[in-house]
Amino acid sequence: MSFLQIEHVRKTFTTPEGGEVHALDDVSLDIQAGEFFVMLGPSGCGKTTLLRSIAGLEYPDSGMISVDGQRIDDIPAYERPVNTVFQSYALFPHMTVEQNIAFGLEMEKVSKEEIKQRVEFALAQVKLEGMAKRRPSQLSGGQQQRIALARALAKKPKVLLLDEPLSALDLKLRRGMQIELKRLQQETGITFVFVTHDQEEAMSMGDRIAVFKDGKIVQLDTPREIYRRPVNAFVADFIGETNLIEGSATETGIHLPGGGFISRNHIAPDCQFGTSGPVTVAIRPEDFELSENEGALKGTVRDVIFTGDSVRVHVLLDETEVVASLASYGVRVPDRGETIGLNPLEHSARTVAS
Amino acid sequence: MSKKHVKQLEGRPGQTSPLLALPTVIFLTIGIGIPILVTIIYSFLDRAEIGMGVKWHFNPTSYKSLFIIENLDGTTGFDSRWIKVLWNSFLYSGITTIVTAIFSIPIAMWIATRDENKRNILLAAVTLPFWISILIRTYGIRQIIDDNGPIGTIMHKLGYAHYHIIYTPTATLIGLVYVFLPFMILPIYSSAERFDFRMAEAAYDLGARRWTVLRRIVLPSIRPGIIAGIALVFIPALGSFLQSDMLGGGKTNMIANVIALNFGQARNWPFGCALSVLLIALTLGFVKLIQWIGKKSTGEKVSFI
Amino acid sequence: MTTSHTAPKRRRLVNLRNFPSFTAVSWGVLFFLYIPLAYVLFYSFNSSRIATIWQSFSLHWYSVTFHDPDIQRALSNSIKIAIGATIFSTFFAVIAALGLLRMKRAGSAFAWALIGAPLLIAEIVLAVGTLAFFRAVNIPLGLVAMTIAHTAFCIPFALIPIRARLGQLDNAPFEAAADLGANEVQILRRITLPLLAPAIISGALLAFAISIDDFITSFFLSGPGSTTLPVFIFGMIRSTVTPEVDAISSLLLLFSGVVLISSYVLNRRRR
Ligand SMILES: Nc1ncnc2c1ncn2[C@@H]1O[C@H](COP(=O)(O)OP(=O)(O)OP(=O)(O)O)[C@@H](O)[C@H]1O
Ligand SMILES: [Mg+2]
Repeated sequence: MSFLQIEHVRKTFTTPEGGEVHALDDVSLDIQAGEFFVMLGPSGCGKTTLLRSIAGLEYPDSGMISVDGQRIDDIPAYERPVNTVFQSYALFPHMTVEQNIAFGLEMEKVSKEEIKQRVEFALAQVKLEGMAKRRPSQLSGGQQQRIALARALAKKPKVLLLDEPLSALDLKLRRGMQIELKRLQQETGITFVFVTHDQEEAMSMGDRIAVFKDGKIVQLDTPREIYRRPVNAFVADFIGETNLIEGSATETGIHLPGGGFISRNHIAPDCQFGTSGPVTVAIRPEDFELSENEGALKGTVRDVIFTGDSVRVHVLLDETEVVASLASYGVRVPDRGETIGLNPLEHSARTVAS
Repeated sequence: MSKKHVKQLEGRPGQTSPLLALPTVIFLTIGIGIPILVTIIYSFLDRAEIGMGVKWHFNPTSYKSLFIIENLDGTTGFDSRWIKVLWNSFLYSGITTIVTAIFSIPIAMWIATRDENKRNILLAAVTLPFWISILIRTYGIRQIIDDNGPIGTIMHKLGYAHYHIIYTPTATLIGLVYVFLPFMILPIYSSAERFDFRMAEAAYDLGARRWTVLRRIVLPSIRPGIIAGIALVFIPALGSFLQSDMLGGGKTNMIANVIALNFGQARNWPFGCALSVLLIALTLGFVKLIQWIGKKSTGEKVSFI
Repeated sequence: MTTSHTAPKRRRLVNLRNFPSFTAVSWGVLFFLYIPLAYVLFYSFNSSRIATIWQSFSLHWYSVTFHDPDIQRALSNSIKIAIGATIFSTFFAVIAALGLLRMKRAGSAFAWALIGAPLLIAEIVLAVGTLAFFRAVNIPLGLVAMTIAHTAFCIPFALIPIRARLGQLDNAPFEAAADLGANEVQILRRITLPLLAPAIISGALLAFAISIDDFITSFFLSGPGSTTLPVFIFGMIRSTVTPEVDAISSLLLLFSGVVLISSYVLNRRRR
């Protein structure tokens, strides 16, 4: 039995102009105990709304939410066994770090000594032992973030909800916090529900990812599966970078622009497509290799961009521009204006529903 | 002012010469500074033997007579009348401040949490009284609590005809609360409007109930507004004249009324001036106190203009 | 395990943004604020001679008000003073703002203390002080005296919006203008003043409202024949209260409403 269960949750907002937004459109989800679950999707797809519905800060129009067998959608926020790390941190500016963390424990009428212990422990968990007496305004963004985390963790919630907690941090700090969050989750065994719109973050942290679009879950799977087997063009494009190329199917394979041709047994084996008509083919930039073979996609190099670990080559095939990401050493780097051929690695090209 | 002059003094672009402010400073010295000075000087002079004004003779008797009465037979005794007036002024202003704060906090929070259209209308509704003459508002509340007004009629019907509100200290208080209520609502509202409701959500999320959220999260956050409101209500209430005059029955029960009396019928300008000096001192003392409290509790300087 | 699609039967989950009883208190406060005004408005249509006893609907007291020469004189005095005080106080406020606001120098403390004084010191204190001073130097009581005094205490009110606006401005437009070759006078005329214009208008409106509503200062400084409207109304309330008081009050209420709405519209348009 799943730990956090969301069933048929709907939430419709009325906009000031009188229109309707289906922020959550019949969402059902099962999240396992101790799982690091990531919700990913473009802006406005309903991630925050779902998280707030779990927290009790928003009430769904219909549906059911339960945690650990206990139905929670009919109890107020302050009685739910879940806690949130807010995107803006929402630290109380008039309280010290210590008081911020103690606040939630005071609400549970935990004894003074225990509060003291748990505050200390929470601060140690986020490695900010020395900051107890400071005010939030005297902390850096990264430190505030950790305090927000400590404040929620101190309550020992059954589920910890995190709404884009790292989005305000710079890249380096963010990487560090990603690792730390993952470690904390493993150490505490608490179920994390983590919202982000950064697919890289989602991939690197999540045990499973739910990809949202327009209030619906489009795909729910492990990062690897989502990356390797996107269910449609939206997921393929949203998760990682993908070249979406329009081709036409034949009995033997798919014809692509630039005189390209991929035979059926070269395409990912789980992909099904017809014997005629247009198809969309998804090929990851890193799945291209330079090739002189017949059937390679031939085109003119428009740009060559060195990014450090790779060289990105923009190639114009007839009307379609594709990007190939080649290793930055060991292979010949083409020049601008040169005509080259690109070949997808075996079983890497996929057909996707558009 | 010559262009050359402006140029010499320029700091940053667009920065105009401080000398531009000179005419204002001179005017205010005449219109505000000197009257205060004259008040202070007059308070140390003798009253004129006949009519209004003063006699140019140094005599701190006005201050003495704040506490001491000189009987007709030449003996002196302790006089509690003026101390009582001072005490009343403080008491009424204090009660007014507390009562207005108690009612303003809910309405300010309530308005701040309405959606935008409703908020604008409600804001206009509490701002409108600002633009209406205090005299007329005091008259309006007087008509309500008058014996022949709605309150009086209801009391009469209920058989309490012998109770009167008008021309009692209660009437003065009702008038003060009525008149100064918007002065408390607006500053608290401007704090409440800035309150980040995510803070309250975080508190709910951590398990706090409504009253706890209100007490521990909302109130501390709107404290600057409350402090500003206290200053904006207490200071003018302390020097208020119309409410005790029109509602309290013209009994001289607040400082301003006694000052007016001494410049009117009583014709004791030096004593009126001494009371004025006292009122200035009390006000400035209160300002310092509020600034100290404000600095202590919010870390910011309370500014009065 | 339930899989029902229907809304669950749940405990009444109230809006977390509302605090219990705040709505009721708020409506109560609004009621309290407006009931006296509504009452005055209502009784201005009373045909009775006694303000507090309702007889029947009539416009009689409006007609009396409009034909009362004393009221007309008082109103005209009030308007003259208010216009004068508005113009002078706005002017003084603008130059003070320009001179003082971007400066942090020792001398400015004294200037600020003078400007802020009318907001702190009880009006009656300034009124009697001014009375004493004017008598000492033989400035006669009347319109001129009142205009001077009103100008003085209107300055801080005229300054409040200007100061707020200047606080919002950063250096960018001034630096850009200087960069484009404007000299200080041109910057003042083409950048600073236009940027401040809405605030100057708000300040002027505020000054006008404060001046025309003023009672205490005018009460002490009005000489014979130069009574202002509030002083006149105060006299009427003191003697016999007829619904004429309600009629004038209602007209003034109406005027305040119009001023508020126009300043609102002004603000809206600016945005
Ligand atoms: N209180 C509200 N009133 C009206 N519409 C709302 C409200 N809250 C959210 N919405 C709408 O619901 C949709 C989903 O919003 P939500 O905040 O859940 O998106 P999100 O996935 O978290 O986006 P982001 O990544 O930008 O944070 C959006 O279209 C949003 O405009
Ligand atoms: Mg969001």
